[in-house]
Amino acid sequence: MARILELILNGRRRVDAVPDNLLLLDYLREVVGLTGTKTGCDGGECGACTVLVDDQPRLSCLTLAAGVNGQHVDTVESLGQDGRLSAVQRGFHEKLGSQCGYCTPGFIMASAGLLRRNPHPSEDDIRAALGSNICRCTGYVKIIEAVKYAAELHAGGLAP
Amino acid sequence: MNEVVPAHNIGAYVPMVDGPDKVSGRAKYTADLITPGLLAGRIFRSPYSHAEILEVDVSAALRLPGVKAIVTGADCDKTFGVLPIARSEHPLARDKVRYRGEPVAAVAAVDDATAKRALGLIKLKVKELPAHYTCKAATAAGASTIHAHRPDNIERDVLFELGSVQQGFREADLVREGIYDCAEVCQNQMEMHAAVAEYDAVRERMTVYASTQVPYYVHLMLAQILDMDMSRIRVIKPHVGGGFGCRTEALNVELIAALLARKAAGSVRMVTTREETFITHRGRPQTDIRLKIGMRKDGKITAVECECYQRGGAHSGYGIVTILYSGSMLYAIYDLHNVKYIGKRVLTNTPPCGAFRGHGTVDIRFAFESLLDEMALELRLDAMAARRANYLTAPTFTDNDLMVNSYGLPECVDWVEKASGWRQRKSKLPKGKGSIRKGLGFACSHYISGASKPVNWTGEPHATVKIKLDFDGSIVVLSGAADIGQGSSTILVQTVAEVLGLDLSRIRIVTGDSEVVPKDNGSYSSRVTFMVGNAAIDAARNLKHVLVAAAARKLEARPEEIECLGEVYRAGAQDKGLTFNEVVTEALKDSGTITVTGNYSTIPESHGGKKYRGAAIGGTMGYSYSAQVVEVSVDEETGMVNVDKVWVAHDCGKALNRLTVEGQVQGSVWMGMGQAMSEETGYHEGLLVTGNMLDYRVPTIQDSPPIEVGIIESNDPHGPFGAKEAGEGSLAAFLPALTNAIADAIGVRFNILPVTPDRVFAALEKRRRAGNESTPRMGRGA
Repeated sequence: MARILELILNGRRRVDAVPDNLLLLDYLREVVGLTGTKTGCDGGECGACTVLVDDQPRLSCLTLAAGVNGQHVDTVESLGQDGRLSAVQRGFHEKLGSQCGYCTPGFIMASAGLLRRNPHPSEDDIRAALGSNICRCTGYVKIIEAVKYAAELHAGGLAP
Repeated sequence: MNEVVPAHNIGAYVPMVDGPDKVSGRAKYTADLITPGLLAGRIFRSPYSHAEILEVDVSAALRLPGVKAIVTGADCDKTFGVLPIARSEHPLARDKVRYRGEPVAAVAAVDDATAKRALGLIKLKVKELPAHYTCKAATAAGASTIHAHRPDNIERDVLFELGSVQQGFREADLVREGIYDCAEVCQNQMEMHAAVAEYDAVRERMTVYASTQVPYYVHLMLAQILDMDMSRIRVIKPHVGGGFGCRTEALNVELIAALLARKAAGSVRMVTTREETFITHRGRPQTDIRLKIGMRKDGKITAVECECYQRGGAHSGYGIVTILYSGSMLYAIYDLHNVKYIGKRVLTNTPPCGAFRGHGTVDIRFAFESLLDEMALELRLDAMAARRANYLTAPTFTDNDLMVNSYGLPECVDWVEKASGWRQRKSKLPKGKGSIRKGLGFACSHYISGASKPVNWTGEPHATVKIKLDFDGSIVVLSGAADIGQGSSTILVQTVAEVLGLDLSRIRIVTGDSEVVPKDNGSYSSRVTFMVGNAAIDAARNLKHVLVAAAARKLEARPEEIECLGEVYRAGAQDKGLTFNEVVTEALKDSGTITVTGNYSTIPESHGGKKYRGAAIGGTMGYSYSAQVVEVSVDEETGMVNVDKVWVAHDCGKALNRLTVEGQVQGSVWMGMGQAMSEETGYHEGLLVTGNMLDYRVPTIQDSPPIEVGIIESNDPHGPFGAKEAGEGSLAAFLPALTNAIADAIGVRFNILPVTPDRVFAALEKRRRAGNESTPRMGRGA
């Protein structure tokens, strides 16, 4: 069975017919073509597919596309304005919070969600917010630095 | 005008050149290459550990609407493997299956659901054979043979004795022996294995996009497996989501995708699951070590005897090299004489092991540094003093003919001693709250900066880089070096910019397409910065010669009078000079578009020796060194171990990019932590039971400590700007530094990895019941 999905994706209204069992992750990657959101595991283990649904971090691999009907979905492609990197993107780039880059979109969306809820997170807040995202390259040290720096940039007026 | 100075970037904190693509979601990885009309590929895998194949019946699957092609072992009688001397693996099993999960057949269908349904219709008929899951079982008398050409299931037997261990042990004041057991671990890089194969049936050409560390090996193996001329094959490496060694060989995934694409006369996208990525494996083997060391009262080591068994899995892979590294790399860190090594690489009915970050050196280093710590304690020597008594003096050659030109280990040890407050704090840390006990541990490690002899010895330079300069003044570096997240592209851009005195923004880099870039031996054994970096310097110097000659001509001066300031070339400080673009315009008058080549070849002295079979393994142009102090809190009630802090000093020769050096060192330390504390593949009768990231537990951000990095620069005489490797050498020291810290905290020594809370708890319970105050050792069955 298919049904009509109507959502605000990265700030734009969009309507698609989607099968009932289509995952939000596969909808984003294979139907819409937004491949920034990554598949890193067989379901709910790694956080690479994290997107924001109404500003809340959500694993798109455990979410049905039809289940976000009427909601706002933001992926990594939505960040940054006027061709410039957002605060979190700059943090991950400039502080080397990203090495191979595969987990990066998930970390960035989880961090953006954190800064939208809590613009001045402590290190414990950062660790708690990113606790279900796995990175295999960095040892997380520079990811924490990246988010701290992003919070500073955000305090200076840059969107998360 | 006289204010002009060339730009410098070496030694700075330089974010990666491809960072903006990664943080914006624009970077494309193989699985992201989704185009209309692609067929979905899926692999049918053996449910048996060891069996003779009687029949693979694909007739029902072929009848399923939407199935476009099915391949089985019957479609390819060729073998592949990374080592030219050990190519025993078929991409799809023929005659026999040798591990649970081995590919038997593969389907290409119009969509993934159809491909999966087709797998369910494939019938495999076999005659089961006895299977062996441990070194002991596989080498027992009467064990069934896994590969006919290895009747005793030993892939490689290594034996050498340099000096006399008998004599060395006689000279010792203390001789101790330890038994060590390290679990099998897997790279578990974030990107699952994937390949897209496009076959052009009209022109008989194959293009394969592969998530690989060595596109060149994939190219070679595709030619072999497809029986196609190499010139008809093109390999493209998109962004790669980590590798850590499992992608330093061509994997069955990309070969099967190509076989399917040719048979379907179309394009096949094969993306494996996380479980299949684990089964494809090529990780670090389960390793049993018996180590005996003789030591004088002052800490000087007089003899070493080491026996090492590696459970290699069902195919050869890198096995021969791994077991040789474990022996040869006993050397080149300390001044050792009288060393005996017995190594056995065993074939078993488990997924094939391969090269994992710190290839062959990690488990041996764990054993060595653990026993050293224990013996120092017994001799009432400080752990650092026991290392200081054994330093090498560079330049030197070791007894097994390894060339050591730069040696920053003493500075590494000094750095962590000071940074961690070792002298004031070792064994003096106050107890924590309640049942928390705190401790400090120390250890060292080392690694090569690229194997001096490439796996495929062709006589070509070890590395080749091309630079293209055209009318627009843009400089394009062309390199086959695979950036897999370690930042090799950034380093190459930096080296070229530095030589030419230009800002990084003028340089672009193109990598990863065999149709465009020169062949490269690949991203393995930490070779790229050293080998390709040197080739890039050579290419940039060659370009500079061309530009200087053009400037001289235009300025009517002699070339040696020309001063290159990056954006300005001038004949003496009083000359206004020419802009870079003016020089380029002049230079192009001769030849049109300029292309220069840079090469790098290792020197024969670095190729290791011939004192035993395989003694070349371990040879490199430069060894990196690492020292680490780990601080832990152990809860004696629960067995939970928390790593509070790590201090690590790494001798990388010269940090070309401090940001990426720090990132590589922190990542290495942390990966060592995973192996030390929680990672372990598990099998039940050959069936992988840890094929996901919950059961194969890598540390999360909540478990991970601050890691403070000290960069030690020993300025290697051969390294590019003095650099050596930074991405592997710091992994191994973490493991023994952790167990040494736990011994310091609670007086229990763990000779088995990983040190899980269960094991700590069991050890403490055992001690409580025994009422024993001495330091127990915990090994398997202990």
